[in-house]
Amino acid sequence: MKLSRSEQLASGINHVLLGTLGLLALLPFIHVLAQSLSSHDAITTGRVTLWPVDFTLESYSRVLQEQAFLNAFQVSVLRTVAGTLVNVALTCLLAYPLSKTYIKGRSTIMFLIVFTMMFGGGMIPTFLVVKATGLLNTFWAFIIPGAISAFNVIIMKNFFQSVPLELEESAKMDGGSNLGILFRIVIPLSMPAIATITLFHAVGHWNSFFDTVLYITDRKMFPLQVYLRELIMFNQSNIDNNSGYSSNMDSALLALESIKAAALIASTVPILIVYPFLQKYFVKGIMLGSVKG
Amino acid sequence: MANLAEVATEATIPHTRKRRRFHSLRSHWDLYLLMVPGILYFIIYKYVPMWGIVIAFQNYSVFSGISGSEWVGLQHFKTMFGNSDFYKIFTNTLLISIYKLLWGFPGPIILAIMLNEIRNMLYKRSIQTLVYLPHFLSWIIVGGIMVNVLSPSSGIVNQLLTMLGFEPIYFLTSPDWFRSILVASDIWKEVGWGAIIYLAAIAGIDPQLYEAAIMDGANKFRQILHITLPAMMGVIVILFLLRLGHVLDVGFEQIFILYNPLVYDVADVIETYVYRVGIQQAKFSFTTAVGLFKAVIGLLLVMMANRGAKKLGQEGIW
Repeated sequence: MKLSRSEQLASGINHVLLGTLGLLALLPFIHVLAQSLSSHDAITTGRVTLWPVDFTLESYSRVLQEQAFLNAFQVSVLRTVAGTLVNVALTCLLAYPLSKTYIKGRSTIMFLIVFTMMFGGGMIPTFLVVKATGLLNTFWAFIIPGAISAFNVIIMKNFFQSVPLELEESAKMDGGSNLGILFRIVIPLSMPAIATITLFHAVGHWNSFFDTVLYITDRKMFPLQVYLRELIMFNQSNIDNNSGYSSNMDSALLALESIKAAALIASTVPILIVYPFLQKYFVKGIMLGSVKG
Repeated sequence: MANLAEVATEATIPHTRKRRRFHSLRSHWDLYLLMVPGILYFIIYKYVPMWGIVIAFQNYSVFSGISGSEWVGLQHFKTMFGNSDFYKIFTNTLLISIYKLLWGFPGPIILAIMLNEIRNMLYKRSIQTLVYLPHFLSWIIVGGIMVNVLSPSSGIVNQLLTMLGFEPIYFLTSPDWFRSILVASDIWKEVGWGAIIYLAAIAGIDPQLYEAAIMDGANKFRQILHITLPAMMGVIVILFLLRLGHVLDVGFEQIFILYNPLVYDVADVIETYVYRVGIQQAKFSFTTAVGLFKAVIGLLLVMMANRGAKKLGQEGIW
């Protein structure tokens, strides 16, 4: 297909603009990465932009030797694995019966589940229930209050409904039980949808921080995100607002900049590792969500 | 004889119905059992808190519980509507949300159209990979990157400004700048992700439409204007209504991460307020009233949005 002169020009501009956008998405990372590999002195004097100055791996070795960081990392991994398992298991167990027309009251249950997406008790009443059920400052606080997402129940229910009924019927002829059909036929056939919600829940757990802010006060149980928040945000105002700080104090706090950068990068790496899988599944996930049931 | 048969059928109809219901329970009892943990979860952690809203009409005390606390009727709502802080957080919530809608909503649409015009698949995929990524980072990480990039002493943005001869700007502590930073970082994080659904809408367009348009001498711009955009309209309308329905959900994690006392006047929104006053100062009843106000308006807005979508001939949100 031949393009006219103005179309060629527009296409060129389009390519350049999109390239710029892609770079804009990337540049902040490169800036932080460069800082994490630079000396404190180079950062504080504002000499680091997109390339490390006075290259050093010291910040990384300090971050990776920091007990609090390692501990927080471990909490994050644990909650992600355990939490995701619970999420996916409970979601499937709830969604499968709801996908069957012969289950009585399914539309009522479905309505009550969907309703929670539009209206809820809010932060304080939920906090009081979590407190009353004894979850404050326990590992369960990471898992139970968000155990099932209504949205994912809809996704899984719709997917289960798309599994051909004939398969189920023939399995029944062969004497398969309800649970046997679920675990040997339906679940294996639903792996794409399960992979999608698994990845979304896992990223959700890894990134989640507000449940910790609400329910956990024991610093030993802080996951990575909350550790980072303390490290980065609570130094921030000291450094940038109070010019009254002595220059000595100033440099001591600013020396942390490379540590912060290294901690940021180290916490992003796990997401980068699963990103290729995420990319494979998330388009599918969005499309599954738009199927009406 | 005929009479007898009639009686018999009359008697058996309700009987079989009852038996069928019983049959469903008996032959599928294990499936009902599977739902128990999930249903318990929704009852305890979703519906009990809804019932817990009654503390908005009490002077709730943790020690006396709901049954032992004093009822005060609408007192907290009167306090709320007489409180200037409430108007401030309500205005902030609406303003930040509307700014995000105005600036943030067209972004993914434009991005999707631009991406769709790229013929080189490798280039397209690379750009997509880059712009989708920030969506998967937490607001803590993005907040940390923002703090880093916008730092007055060492951040790249202020380095550029200084190079161009300007004074460094204290973006995150300046009430003038803070909302713009919220909007910009929100766009940075979500624009790529938002484009996916529009790209899918574009992918569903019948290529014959474009071929016919080319035959009629339509250039690229006309094709976008008369084929691509109209084909996206359904999705655009639905997503716009959905956003309007959630206009009070302002992206509170982001604000919670980035705000600080210096910008409370422009950045404090309903949920950050409920957290600070409710959890930290333990004013449970008053902040539950504030939260209820938001939840009720939110529910009404979503219902209106859905009705609007159906009126416009769309499928509706649910």
